[in-house]
Amino acid sequence: MSKLILTRRGLLKTGAVAGAGLAMPTIFASGAAAYTNEPKGGTVTLGFNVPQSGPYADEGADELRAYKLAVEHLNGEGDGGMLNTFSSKALKGNGILGKKVTYVTGDTQTKSDAARASAKSMIEKDGAVMITGGSSSGVAIAVQGLCQDAGVIFMAGLTHSNDTTGKDKKANGFRHFFNAYMSAAALAPVLSNAYGKDRKFYMLTADYTWGWTQAASMKAFLEGVGWTMVKDVRTPLATTDFSSYIAPVMNSGADVLILNHYGGNMVNSLTNAVNFGLRDKMVNGKQFEIVVPLYSRLMAKGAGENVKGILGSTNWHWSLQDEGTKAFVKSFGTKYGFPPSQAAHTVYCQTLLYADACERAGTFNPCGVAEALEGFEFDGLGNGKTLYRADDHQCFKDVLVVRGKEKPTSEFDLLEVVEKTPVEKVRYEPDNPFFKGGSLGKCNPGA
Amino acid sequence: MDAIILQILNGLDKGSAYALIALGLTLIFGTLGVVNFAHGAIFMLGAFTAVTLDRLLNMSFVTIDPTRTNFLGQPLEVKTPYIVSWFGDSIGNGIIDWAVPLSILFSIPIMLFIGYAMERGIIKHFYHRPHADQILVTFGLAIVLQEIVKAFFGANPIPTPAPAAFRGSFDFGVWLGFPANAIIYPYWRMIYFLFSAIVISGVFAFLRFTTFGMVVRAGMADRETVGLLGIDIDKRFTIMFGIAAAVAGLAGVMYAPINSPNYHMGMDFLVLSFVVVVVGGMGSLPGAVLAGFLLGVLESFASMNEIKSILPGIDQIIIYLIAIIILLTRPRGLMGRKGVMED
Repeated sequence: MSKLILTRRGLLKTGAVAGAGLAMPTIFASGAAAYTNEPKGGTVTLGFNVPQSGPYADEGADELRAYKLAVEHLNGEGDGGMLNTFSSKALKGNGILGKKVTYVTGDTQTKSDAARASAKSMIEKDGAVMITGGSSSGVAIAVQGLCQDAGVIFMAGLTHSNDTTGKDKKANGFRHFFNAYMSAAALAPVLSNAYGKDRKFYMLTADYTWGWTQAASMKAFLEGVGWTMVKDVRTPLATTDFSSYIAPVMNSGADVLILNHYGGNMVNSLTNAVNFGLRDKMVNGKQFEIVVPLYSRLMAKGAGENVKGILGSTNWHWSLQDEGTKAFVKSFGTKYGFPPSQAAHTVYCQTLLYADACERAGTFNPCGVAEALEGFEFDGLGNGKTLYRADDHQCFKDVLVVRGKEKPTSEFDLLEVVEKTPVEKVRYEPDNPFFKGGSLGKCNPGA
Repeated sequence: MDAIILQILNGLDKGSAYALIALGLTLIFGTLGVVNFAHGAIFMLGAFTAVTLDRLLNMSFVTIDPTRTNFLGQPLEVKTPYIVSWFGDSIGNGIIDWAVPLSILFSIPIMLFIGYAMERGIIKHFYHRPHADQILVTFGLAIVLQEIVKAFFGANPIPTPAPAAFRGSFDFGVWLGFPANAIIYPYWRMIYFLFSAIVISGVFAFLRFTTFGMVVRAGMADRETVGLLGIDIDKRFTIMFGIAAAVAGLAGVMYAPINSPNYHMGMDFLVLSFVVVVVGGMGSLPGAVLAGFLLGVLESFASMNEIKSILPGIDQIIIYLIAIIILLTRPRGLMGRKGVMED
């Protein structure tokens, strides 16, 4: 019969050997790879993290269509889309740095924890070298933080909160989409021209990061053109019937209602406001008006007739007539049978911009890619001349002010562009109070 | 004063939906003893019968108009609904315009069938299982129904407007002697309130004045004795499940023009409706109706700015606060039978 004898010295020895053994793979791995998920074979994997279930699933589906189209174009399939109009000519249609582009997808469910879990899985299990997507600022900020820690690049999708490139900005994160400040800066002069200088406004605001920054921006700019705020009321994100929030507006003395709502909230609050006859009302001797600062065509569809004549802003619209837009709408429309949404546009651009930066940097290393994107000026992607500012990784480009179309010619023709606000009018300094706090930090290559 | 009247109207309107859903819930609990978490999904299915009828009426054939182009510059495909080509412009478009009221007729047999199939297919197997099992299976069923609807109709809300004649709002204040423009209220919300009052009265009349209703009431009070009398009470209870589903379905149909239907609208109402049932008294039909309207009105008052400036955030917790108070002081609910939930 054998007997197991444990001594203190023996245990320490065994422990040390076992510990070294366990640590070995990590030591070798970090010696072999310079950064997280360095592509070794003939392919490179991108991670598309979009809402595939939950209330924003339709936007997520449109984003995914655009991502697939971008992958096709990068690999030299299809008609090339905006690769033909993009001012940078580094991309050759042979993948990225000669490697064929493949992708994996994750479902954010429009929940921060689910989005982080799916991004983490794509990085750790699938070897994604870049994560992109999202259809909400809460999600974008959460995933951006995760990518910073994991050492991969995050190319944000539809996120409009000032905080994404403000107090929560990260060195590994980049945003092509515009933000709440830019919307407000573009809208205020148009609203003042359209509705007069002496107006009283009432705001209903979705109670989360995007709503807060949108409301603060609108307040600052509208007060700047001489309007007075009557009240800003926060509404819980889960609200479905806004009637009890709309009722107090009617006798508040306000003659404009600003709806800082997005998605289902926007559809319901706008429908309720119109049904309550607000748009037929005369207050202070003026016609009562409603404004939706952030428009989305997909969501506008849900509100049906109620969007007619209502002003708002958008990042991009398929009816623009520049060469980039035309090329993108043509390849997307031919493949899927309908025009792309602004969410589809921004994620398509982000994928091309990332691939182009890798080509110009000659590496997939996040620090090299980030350096190539910082201060990068480009054109031909549908928004005119655009700058990826180095200070905060925010794109600066013209902003579109749109209005719900009175006589749509098709089910896609819901918005008309009222004004293209030049980028100079919406530009701000990196230390602007709306974006203060936080810092980019250092780029993290991981591994 | 006008603001208070406006919030009472809003509350009655919200309460109408709560009362209709809670009425069905408590009907099912009272008869079959089942806690049905799929009831919100039935409300959602009701709204989607309106969407479906709207789609059916809008089924179109396509003609090519070479004089106009689509977004890709190709000749435009013009869609003409069959119904318009059969009955002409004014009658055809008139029928399409009335899709939601027509859906009431369309939805009743469908919802009765869905209720019947749900009870016979799944829920009857859980009568003798603990409430926790019933909750799990019905909640799972709700998720399955939601996902099916999402697969067919997508995740975004679908506009389903009321007939043109009932869109917009009217000056309710003038009727009460207020100056013009003091109390403006949408037509359709007023119709929703009246409609729910009719449906609720219909259900009560059915239970009170028909033999079928009498047997059901007897079965609710003492199931075994009714069974011993040779009456097949299970069959009648199954029909009651169908009726409860139809009531929730009708609530959904009429709600479609108020807020564009989406696949998760049922979940938004489910929890609130359960609170309504608990506050009203489990198994008490008048209790469900009373609590529905009461909580609707209180919720509306709580979202008034004057109240929120004193108690910030009260609009979000008021309903649950009332539920806690009721459960602590009167566990059987406002109109619950003595002994229910008290042992």
